[in-house]
Amino acid sequence: MSDLVKNTIRFIVFILVQVFVLHKIPPLHQFVVPYLYFLYILWLPFNMGRTWLMVVAFLFGLSLDYFLVTPGLHAAACVFIAYIRPFLVNLLIRQEGAEQSYGAPSPASMGWAPYSVFVLVLTVLHHGYLVFLEWMQFGNFWYFLGKVFATTAVSLLLILITELLFYRKERYRTNAV
Amino acid sequence: MRNIFLFIRRYFNFIFFLALQVLALSFLFRYNKFHEAAAMGVASEITGSINDRYNTVEYYFKLKKANEVLVKENVSLREMLRSNYQPADTSSRIVVDSIRVDSLKPYQKYTYLDARVVGSFVTTQTNFFTLHRGSNQGVAVDMAVIGSRGIVGRVVNVSNNFATVMSMISRQFKVDGKLKGSEERGSVSWDGVNPRFVQMRNIPKNIKVNKGDSVLTSDLSSIFPPNILIGTVDTAISDPSTNFLNLRLRTATNFSTIQYVYVVQNKQMEEQTALEKATRKTNE
Repeated sequence: MSDLVKNTIRFIVFILVQVFVLHKIPPLHQFVVPYLYFLYILWLPFNMGRTWLMVVAFLFGLSLDYFLVTPGLHAAACVFIAYIRPFLVNLLIRQEGAEQSYGAPSPASMGWAPYSVFVLVLTVLHHGYLVFLEWMQFGNFWYFLGKVFATTAVSLLLILITELLFYRKERYRTNAV
Repeated sequence: MRNIFLFIRRYFNFIFFLALQVLALSFLFRYNKFHEAAAMGVASEITGSINDRYNTVEYYFKLKKANEVLVKENVSLREMLRSNYQPADTSSRIVVDSIRVDSLKPYQKYTYLDARVVGSFVTTQTNFFTLHRGSNQGVAVDMAVIGSRGIVGRVVNVSNNFATVMSMISRQFKVDGKLKGSEERGSVSWDGVNPRFVQMRNIPKNIKVNKGDSVLTSDLSSIFPPNILIGTVDTAISDPSTNFLNLRLRTATNFSTIQYVYVVQNKQMEEQTALEKATRKTNE
């Protein structure tokens, strides 16, 4: 399957899962909102330019926003992590040229430890920005801290489950480098 | 000039990032203030039809509960039927009005429209419903939405066949309520903590409030018809810094199981708001 087809299908599946599965879960606590959809942006290929990364992230966030009737909220957070992502990849990549030899960030291409840091940092940034926007409209500081912490914990658990369930085999592209 | 182009080329990504952020945030703040956003009409048609498909599955799982609620409502309506009451005073007689005009009709202030809920969220801070009724069926912005048990929300966006409703458990929602019996008024809003409870403010401390007292919509609200149940009192917390009580109300409507709602149109609302606006203008 080509990258374009694969990512288009992922786009639709991530939105539908977030809207019709995770947002249908009865509320457990005011701090806990199960977010998984932004994993799509983390899984986008290495060779995408930063501009395109941001355009895709914007459209992705906005389409979730239209379902949840919060125009711009998730789009802003998605564009933010799409902008940060290339810096992190450059910092965390294990060996010289892994960016060229592998398709997309995954435990196989980056190694478990760097990939965990990559996921953790982007998750915290995403939730931090998202809750910050909410906090500016209403809420207090403890609400901000508690929600970022609890939502990050739930998201990390969901991402771990997803990575274990859908193990992505990253081909080693021998003709590169 | 060349330097400007070089600057733009060098920092293109950052400038592009800022542009997208500004676009997204302008969407957000505009929507929070005026409840309108670019392409909202087209988008709600699409999301509405997808929600509708999903709902045909979900519908079966909630059918039993929806039936029970509707039967209960039918019973309470039946109890209000005139034939259930027998006048004790036998001396009164029925007078037939000789003018053949339906004297009730011109005074009907509220009209009701049934609608099916096709999408609902209760997990966020601003919760919305999608109804499968739109401007083609006569729904307009700012109409009241009530369920069979109590109030639900207010229409904020309308497309041709779908409407989005800001539900009572949304932090921007406010409704004027009154305590049944003492008729004491206060404003009801949600604090964002628990979707089963809303808060009521500005009840004086000398009013006696018991657990389980009903709170109804007041006659002041121009959107909601009066005397519709909002919720029942769960706890009354007295605020030591003011002379008022804070009431915690259990909502009458269970927002996670709701299937059918009524959209209520106030036929005299236009007249009322026009008059109020004119009055405000003369006072300025």
